[in-house]
Amino acid sequence: MEQFLQQVVNGLSLGSIYALIALGYTMVYGIIKLINFAHGDVYMIGAYVGFFCMTTFNLGVFPSLLIAMVLCTLLGVTIEKVAYKRLRNATRIAVLITAIGVSLFLENVVMFFMKAGVRSYPAMTGFIAKKFKLGTMVITMQQVLIMVITIVLMVLLQYIVKKTKIGKAMRAVSLDRDAAELMGINIDTTISFTFAIGSSLAGAAGVLVGIYYNSINPLMGTMPGLKAFIAAVFGGIGIIPGAMVGGYFIGMVEVFVAGYLNSMYRDAVVFAILILILIIKPAGLFGKNVREKV
Amino acid sequence: MKEKRKKIFGQNITKTILALTLTYVIIQLLVYTNIINSYLQITLATICINIILAVSLNLITGFTGQFSLGHAGFMSIGAYACAIITLKNPTTTGFVLGVLTGAVAAAIVGFLVGLPTLRLQGDYLAIATLGMSEIIKVVFINLDKITNGAAGLSGIPQFVNWTWLFVFTAGTILVIFNLLRSSHGRACISIREDEIAASAMGINTTRYKVIAFTFGAFCAGIAGALYASYFYFIEPGLFGFQRSIDVLVIVVFGGLGSISGSVLAAILLAVISTYLQALSEIRMILYSLLLIIIMLFRPQGLLGSKEISLNFFKKRGKLFPGKGRI
Repeated sequence: MEQFLQQVVNGLSLGSIYALIALGYTMVYGIIKLINFAHGDVYMIGAYVGFFCMTTFNLGVFPSLLIAMVLCTLLGVTIEKVAYKRLRNATRIAVLITAIGVSLFLENVVMFFMKAGVRSYPAMTGFIAKKFKLGTMVITMQQVLIMVITIVLMVLLQYIVKKTKIGKAMRAVSLDRDAAELMGINIDTTISFTFAIGSSLAGAAGVLVGIYYNSINPLMGTMPGLKAFIAAVFGGIGIIPGAMVGGYFIGMVEVFVAGYLNSMYRDAVVFAILILILIIKPAGLFGKNVREKV
Repeated sequence: MKEKRKKIFGQNITKTILALTLTYVIIQLLVYTNIINSYLQITLATICINIILAVSLNLITGFTGQFSLGHAGFMSIGAYACAIITLKNPTTTGFVLGVLTGAVAAAIVGFLVGLPTLRLQGDYLAIATLGMSEIIKVVFINLDKITNGAAGLSGIPQFVNWTWLFVFTAGTILVIFNLLRSSHGRACISIREDEIAASAMGINTTRYKVIAFTFGAFCAGIAGALYASYFYFIEPGLFGFQRSIDVLVIVVFGGLGSISGSVLAAILLAVISTYLQALSEIRMILYSLLLIIIMLFRPQGLLGSKEISLNFFKKRGKLFPGKGRI
C-alpha cells in the first residue's frame, strides 16, 4: 500500500510536468489547429535558462523560474511571429513541417552552443532539500513544490481564460476565427498571447523538471513533448481542463508501468493508450463529437 | 503484348526503357572506373533508399492525403527481417527472400495498423502513426533474443550493390507511377482532394486508404531491407522519429504529389548533406533552417504537384491534376 501511495506521489509530480506542457499544446491547437512540435523544445530551453540562472548567476529557485518563464514567453512569441504567422492560410501540413523545422533548429542550436552532453542542476539546499517521511514513503520538497507551483499556474490560467478580456478573445478565436475577427477581435494579438501563455508554462515545466530530475540535455524536449501532446489528446484537444487531467493521467500511467511492469515498456504503453483513445473516442475524454458538414 | 508494355512503361516505351538503361549503365560505368568512389557509393545507396522511402510516403501523404509519421517503423521491420534472414542464410537467395519477407511483414503490419487508424484524420493520424512506429521500436528493443535489443545486429552480410539498388528503386518508382495512373490511383487522388465528395461518388475510401498505406509500408520494408544489407549494422535507434521526419522532409521538399519531385529532392538533399559533412557542427542547424525557409517561401515544394517527364522541355505536362492539398 505504501509503495502504491509512493507511486501515486511520483505520478502526480511527473503528471504535473506533463500537464503544464500539455496546456500549451492544447491552447495552441485550439486556436490555430497546429501541433506545435517546437513546444517541447521551448520547455527544453526553459530548463537551460533555469540552469544558467542557478549556476552562472547564483539565483534562487523562484527568480530562476520567473526568468525562464519570461524568456520562454519571448521565445514562443518570436517563433509564432517569424515562423507561423506567414503560414496562417497555408496548408496544415506546411505549418506542421515548419513546426518540425523550428523544433530541429532549437535542438541543434542548443546542441551547438551547449554541446550534446547532459548537464546537472546544482544540488538543492535549504528548504527545498527537505524530505517528509510517512512510514516508508518519502515525499521530497521538490515534489511538493512541483505540485503546488503547477496548481497555482493552473488556477492563474483558468482566471486568465475565464475572467479577463484577452481570455474571452482567446475562447472566441478558438470557437470561430472568422466570426471573432468580424466582432472586432484582433486575431494576431490573440494568437501571440496564446503562444506567450503556453510557452511560459512550458518554461516553468522546464525549470521544475530540472529541479526534480537534476539532469538536462538538448534532446530532453522531444519525448515529454510528444507525451504531453498525447495527454492533450486524451483530455480532448483544445479543452484546458482536459489537458490537465490528461497530463496527470499520462504521468500516473508511466510511473505505474515503470514501477510494476517494466520501465522499458512505458513509452510503448503511452503510445498504445493514444492509439486506443483515437480509435475509441477521437474527441478525447471531455471532447464533444463534432459532425462534419459538407 | 505491345499494349501491355505500353501500360507499364508509359506512352514512350522506348524512351523510358532507354532512359532507365542509360541511368543504369552510366552509373555502373562511373562505379566501375572508380569516379564514384566508395565514399560516394554510400551517398548513392542513401539516395536510392531515400527515393524508395520518399516515393512510397508520397503515395500515402502526397497522393492519398493521409499524413503518416510512421514510415521509419515500417522500414525497421523490413530491415530486421532481412538482417535476421541473411544472417542465418548468407546467400543471394537468402537476401532476396529477406527483402521479400521484410516487405511482406511491413505490409502486414501496415494493413493491421492502417485498418483502425485510417479512420482518423489529418493530425490525429500523424500522431497515431508516430505512436505506432515508437511501439515497433520498443518491441524491437525488448525482443532481445531475436534482435539483440538496443545494441542492434551487426555483421549483416552485404549483398546490395548498384544493380540491386537500381532494380528496387526503378521498380518502386514504376509500380507506384503506374498504380497512380490506374483507377485505384485516381480513387486515391480523389480522397486527397475531398474525402466526403469521393465517398459520395461511391468510392470506398477506407479501402483505398488502406491499399495506399499497405503498399507504402511494403515499399518502406524493401527500403529497410536494402538499408540493413548495405550498411551491415542496424539498431532500433536508427529508425526513430528523426528518420520519419527525414523522409517527410524529402517528400515535402520535392512537392507533395510529385514523384519526380521526390526523386529530385532525395538526390539534392543527399548531395547537400554529403557536402555539409565537412561542416558537421552546424550541418543540422543549416538543414533545419533550410526546411523552415522552404516552407515559408515555397510551401508547395520544388515541383508542387507537377512531374518532370522525358519531354518536360517540350511541354511542361501536368500528369496529375489537382493542387495537392490536404
